[in-house]
Amino acid sequence: MTHSTLAVQTVTKRFKAHVAVDQVSFDLKPGERVALLGHNGAGKTTLFKMILGFLRRDGGEISVLGSAPGSNVSRQGTAYLPESVAFSGALTGEEVVRFYARLKGENSSQSLELLEKVGLADAAKRRVATYSKGMRQRLGLAQALIGKPKLVLLDEPTTGLDPISRQNVYQLIGEIAEQGATVLLSSHALTELEARTDRILILSKGQLVADDALGTLRAQAGLPIRLKVWTKPGAAKEVAEQLGAGKMNGRSVELDCGMDDKVRTLSAISALGNLVEDVDVHAPSLDDVYRHFSNSAQKEA
Amino acid sequence: MLSRILTIAQQEIRIGIRNRWILLATVILAVFSLALALLGSAPAGTLGVDRLTITVASLASLSVYLVPLIALLLAFDAVCGEIERGTLLMTLSCPISRSEFLIGKAVGHTLVLAIALVVGYGLTAVVLLATGTGSLSGLVDFARLIGTSVLLGICFLAIGYVLSALTRQLGTAAALAIAAWLFLVVLYDLALLGALVANPSGVFASQVFPYAVLLNPADAFRLFNLAALGASDLVGGMSGVSETLPFDPALALVSLILFAGIALSASAVLIRRITP
Repeated sequence: MTHSTLAVQTVTKRFKAHVAVDQVSFDLKPGERVALLGHNGAGKTTLFKMILGFLRRDGGEISVLGSAPGSNVSRQGTAYLPESVAFSGALTGEEVVRFYARLKGENSSQSLELLEKVGLADAAKRRVATYSKGMRQRLGLAQALIGKPKLVLLDEPTTGLDPISRQNVYQLIGEIAEQGATVLLSSHALTELEARTDRILILSKGQLVADDALGTLRAQAGLPIRLKVWTKPGAAKEVAEQLGAGKMNGRSVELDCGMDDKVRTLSAISALGNLVEDVDVHAPSLDDVYRHFSNSAQKEA
Repeated sequence: MLSRILTIAQQEIRIGIRNRWILLATVILAVFSLALALLGSAPAGTLGVDRLTITVASLASLSVYLVPLIALLLAFDAVCGEIERGTLLMTLSCPISRSEFLIGKAVGHTLVLAIALVVGYGLTAVVLLATGTGSLSGLVDFARLIGTSVLLGICFLAIGYVLSALTRQLGTAAALAIAAWLFLVVLYDLALLGALVANPSGVFASQVFPYAVLLNPADAFRLFNLAALGASDLVGGMSGVSETLPFDPALALVSLILFAGIALSASAVLIRRITP
């Protein structure tokens, strides 16, 4: 227990009759990059606020760096970037970073190097009001990295960012994790998380319905691989018959197969020779895995 | 602790400078006080009373209207505005206590107000001295006016923090702030006056009225300043009351300090209960 960065045990939060977080338990180790997924209102932000000590829990235990949430020890080692922050537009990026560095008791000129790290060195002396959305988000990220925190909580850090800014954000997250910090981030943009997280938590209606590496979750879900076979004009029917399955769709045939059937099906397709022009292979994406877990949880309920 | 309070305070002052709040407040105070001093001094010409003192009496009435307004406008955003922008979440996730946060805000806003008062009113004092119509003894009255104006400002800053901590909507807080100003600065006086006129010699006039004046920081401020000027026969109005008071006018100063302390404590209690 002592070496967990964050330990959450059977935590429950109710808002009147509504149960926002229901018996959630998980344990994060140093250096892990963990994604917390869930639909709007699944309880992600509520969970974050309890971890930060802003909300009281109605049951269960939370331990942040071995201390109570909201205690000085836990706050000193934790960094947080809320979902949507609007820094005062009258201040410059440099002043914002200095401000938070001082509040955290860190060396403020050292923290200014973070602006370079997030690519804001040129804009450091400009007012935040002139920043684009991506720049503001990066400024928020710079704020979260001040003083080498051990636990970094990011609430939807990539919402509204263009693909390149998003890539930068994940690159930074990777760097933070390499330094031994635990990163817990919530997100809606599922597909971009695939290669960039070690572990996925899925929250559905307040309940934790999945907690594992993406590969394992994929296997657990047992979702089929979808193959799309592009055929020669007019050959779709023949191909569908030969493969013994599939949905015809003009010039293509779609069929699903299990993980273990993948190679066999592919060789069957290649055996068709020049009837086939191309094959697309769709492994179940994080979107599919996510939908599987949150749907099955809802059915149980 | 101190460094965190100062960090918050410094940020408030910086924002005050950047968004020209300080400048605006200073200009308003300077324009109104210069107008009162230069244009409104005609009747004092032959009375042989120091022009500075006369001006201070007018400025006391000006302060009663302007200082609470400026203070409330500075303060209403302090808590719910930061909630709305999400910055309170971020600030409070740093190792800073909520009281430190609030004290920092109060120190910053008080300094913003003090700068505006010193420069705005100070300009008027300098102009009067330079034109040879004021004496140095009148400067003491000026200093007292500025000092008590700052105190009055703190009272209304604290009211602003309380209102800001009571609601999550910035618009609601702004409306509440204006309502508080209207009630405490305008309607309260009108109500007292009405009751007094209706029954000038009853129990209300002798027993309730003086204490009702004491309870409202705006009235306590005016009472203390006009009584301290000793120029009641010249400036008229409420100052005539001070001679018939059942207590020492210095009590009005104590009342101001108590009010500021209680309102600040109330806002500190309220901000503890907030989920940012």
